[in-house]
Amino acid sequence: MARVVVDVMLKPEILDPQGQAVQRALPRLGFTGIADVRQGKRFELEVEGPVDDAALARIREAAETFLANTVIEDFTVRVEEAAK
Amino acid sequence: MTTRIGVVTFPGSLDDRDAQRAVRLAGAEPVALWHRDKDLHQVDAVVLPGGFSYGDYLRCGAISRFSPVMETVIEQAKLGMPVLGICNGFQVLCESHLLPGALHRNDSLHFVCRDQKLRVENAETAWTGDYSAGQEIVVPLKNGEGRFVADERVLDELEAEGRVVARYLDLNPNGSYRDIAGITNAAGNVVGLMPHPEHAVEPLTGPTTEGLGFFTSVLKQLVNA
Repeated sequence: MARVVVDVMLKPEILDPQGQAVQRALPRLGFTGIADVRQGKRFELEVEGPVDDAALARIREAAETFLANTVIEDFTVRVEEAAK
Repeated sequence: MTTRIGVVTFPGSLDDRDAQRAVRLAGAEPVALWHRDKDLHQVDAVVLPGGFSYGDYLRCGAISRFSPVMETVIEQAKLGMPVLGICNGFQVLCESHLLPGALHRNDSLHFVCRDQKLRVENAETAWTGDYSAGQEIVVPLKNGEGRFVADERVLDELEAEGRVVARYLDLNPNGSYRDIAGITNAAGNVVGLMPHPEHAVEPLTGPTTEGLGFFTSVLKQLVNA
């Protein structure tokens, strides 16, 4: 079974208060040198059957209509071999 | 004939009963609508109430948007039926693309609950006819993801077309762009509002009764139509 990963990130122009809070916490914990943090979502889809162009097209459609809100978010779709 | 105003209950809706009560106090007949039922039961208008529909999983309003009842609400809204989305309902309207923009995490990251002063900017929508443009009102506000965001082009368009329905006064509680508390579609029948007018309809429980106007407005609009 193949795994398809959909990463969803807020668009660069949308303020990400969660990422900012993480960024502010890092130096307090001794992790210095991090200039910016943005937080997103990762979906791992285990696909039944072959991950062909048609399957990927359907997943892109799902990402565009449901997994991401393209008004404020961008997404990427990539195939990953599932762990045996 | 009594005007029938539907109030949708999604799993996780909280303010459906208060919305029904506001509808009744305004003089209309509230009709409970269920998320799995496509039938709107001959209502003349619909309120999408506040709460945390479907647990706000994925994104606020993202799952509700695909519920059976919303199929019909979206279809009827496009034909001109008045629809008011309050708080979570506003999020559902944005996810449904009936309204532009989106509601995102408050800039403070804190849930905010307060009596909020607003300025009604547009008194010509189906839901604001009983107000006057520029009128200041106080109604409760309670949200964790109430920051209205949209790109500059959309914001400029909303301003230019007078589609900002209400703006936060004195304090912007969630970081909404341009202090926007509520917007409308181009036709003026669909309104989304982050604060809660349905909690300001009776002196006993509300900070004011200045929220009732949203419900009396739509009633007047429907009766005169």
